[in-house]
Amino acid sequence: MTRLELRNVQKSFGALKVLAGVSLHVAAGEFVSILGPSGAGKSTLFQLLTGAIRGEGEMRFDGAPLDGARFAFMPQRDALMPWRRVIDNATLGLEVQGMKRRAARRRVAPLFAEFGLVGFEHAWPAELSGGMRQRAALLRTVVQQRDMLLLDEPFGALDALTRAAMQRWLETMWRNHRWTALLITHDVREAVLLSDRIYVLSARPARVVREVAVPLPRPRTESAVLAREAAAIEAGILDTLLGQPDSNFRPCDGELK
Amino acid sequence: MAVELDSTPQEAFGESQDDSQSPPLRGRLAVASAFAKLAPVIFSLTLLLTAWELYARLGGIAPTMLPAPSRVLAQAWENRAALADNTLPTIRATLAGFACSLAAAFILSALVDFLAPLRRALFPLLIASQTLPLVAIAPLAVLWFGFGLLPKILLVALVTFFPMMVALVEGYAATSPEISQMLAAMGAGRWRIFWLARLPSALPYFFAGLRISITYAVVGAIFAEYAGAAKGLGIYMLSAKNNFRPDLVLAAVALSSALTLALFGLAVLVQRLAMPWENADGERARYVGGEPVGKGRP
Repeated sequence: MTRLELRNVQKSFGALKVLAGVSLHVAAGEFVSILGPSGAGKSTLFQLLTGAIRGEGEMRFDGAPLDGARFAFMPQRDALMPWRRVIDNATLGLEVQGMKRRAARRRVAPLFAEFGLVGFEHAWPAELSGGMRQRAALLRTVVQQRDMLLLDEPFGALDALTRAAMQRWLETMWRNHRWTALLITHDVREAVLLSDRIYVLSARPARVVREVAVPLPRPRTESAVLAREAAAIEAGILDTLLGQPDSNFRPCDGELK
Repeated sequence: MAVELDSTPQEAFGESQDDSQSPPLRGRLAVASAFAKLAPVIFSLTLLLTAWELYARLGGIAPTMLPAPSRVLAQAWENRAALADNTLPTIRATLAGFACSLAAAFILSALVDFLAPLRRALFPLLIASQTLPLVAIAPLAVLWFGFGLLPKILLVALVTFFPMMVALVEGYAATSPEISQMLAAMGAGRWRIFWLARLPSALPYFFAGLRISITYAVVGAIFAEYAGAAKGLGIYMLSAKNNFRPDLVLAAVALSSALTLALFGLAVLVQRLAMPWENADGERARYVGGEPVGKGRP
């Protein structure tokens, strides 16, 4: 069943066209990634979805025009509030929805084990490592129990090793919960590891240049055979991304002439 | 399962409990480091007072011209009742003025945050208010508002308001846009975002402004009293000067300095209490060594 559907969504800032007609859809329980070069307008797309800005085109949710708060949004970097303890950061969304702080704490406390944060409920965010902060941020996002998760480059600010660990962890979590999720990333490997389908965007103004299904079975981190298949998909996507005629990046241009 | 992540944080927590024996040692270290920080200023102050004492005693200068520190101290003790009697009104004026200034800074900064045009209307006036010479304004304030508490409150507010106002407005603006966007996506309105994000974000800025303005507060009160008051350190200094008692003027000066230092210390203490997360460091996380990488992997 299709939950989110975008048809020919466009957005310009003055004369600058950022989105040149993006169409995509996300089914219930599906993990979909949007992959594109830096500055392609991926974050603009999320701002349109959360209602921070307005654009043209059609955005539908469960068949009806998109309205109200459908999404739980996890921004780039973790956006944890340094003045709130970890548990009170986790309850933020519930408190904004009107839940009393004590009830909200009761709701989130049992989830700390699954997110690897037991013992850190009353720590300050400054006392957490980068990966723990991201897990706390994801906890804050999923407890809102919205229809769909929007993840905006959630691991972009982490070091490579931590990022790899977090990607594996997120895949495990997703297998257990089957959240409907839309992930923005410019990390091809991350997209292939996590997604059921991938939309590849062009450079600005962005449009969908390719839709890639990732039919690999889960979990995807175990076997060498899977790794080889994943690498083939990654290579195909990289060709699409780097081979675009209007791309700024032309490898080996100088050396060949 | 490929990755066992849950184990790591628990181990880390167990590890961080190990340092539960250390607090007494930590306390001793804190006292020692506080002393190490204070030692230079104690040294320089002692040196200054000794030089002054020697110069006043051996230089053949009349005590009505430059009294030695020992004489200032002795006379301050002798006149302690009068000094205390005049210090209390100054404290009252300082605190009342500062409280008004604080409330005004908070309310106006919030208004400016919600109504951007108001900022352009207000800030030139506020900056101009900082150019007014106190020596001219203080007598006028007494002329307009009498010898009571009101002109003192107004003068203290005049000199302390601006740094706090600017600090708050800049602090609101320093709110992380990602936090604001996230709150908006959660369905929070402007007032909610102000309360949950903009105000706490402004706290470090606010306390920086508070520390600056609190050092002006006592001076502002003394200026107002100097221009006309029944009691207070300002009027006490004036009458001591007119009676050729520089020792008592200096005693009052020392008192007003002590008052300012005490208020400054209070501001630092309040900041510590109001922002406990500022003292949190990455100690616990460093135990974890970053991440669940390498733990429980096949």
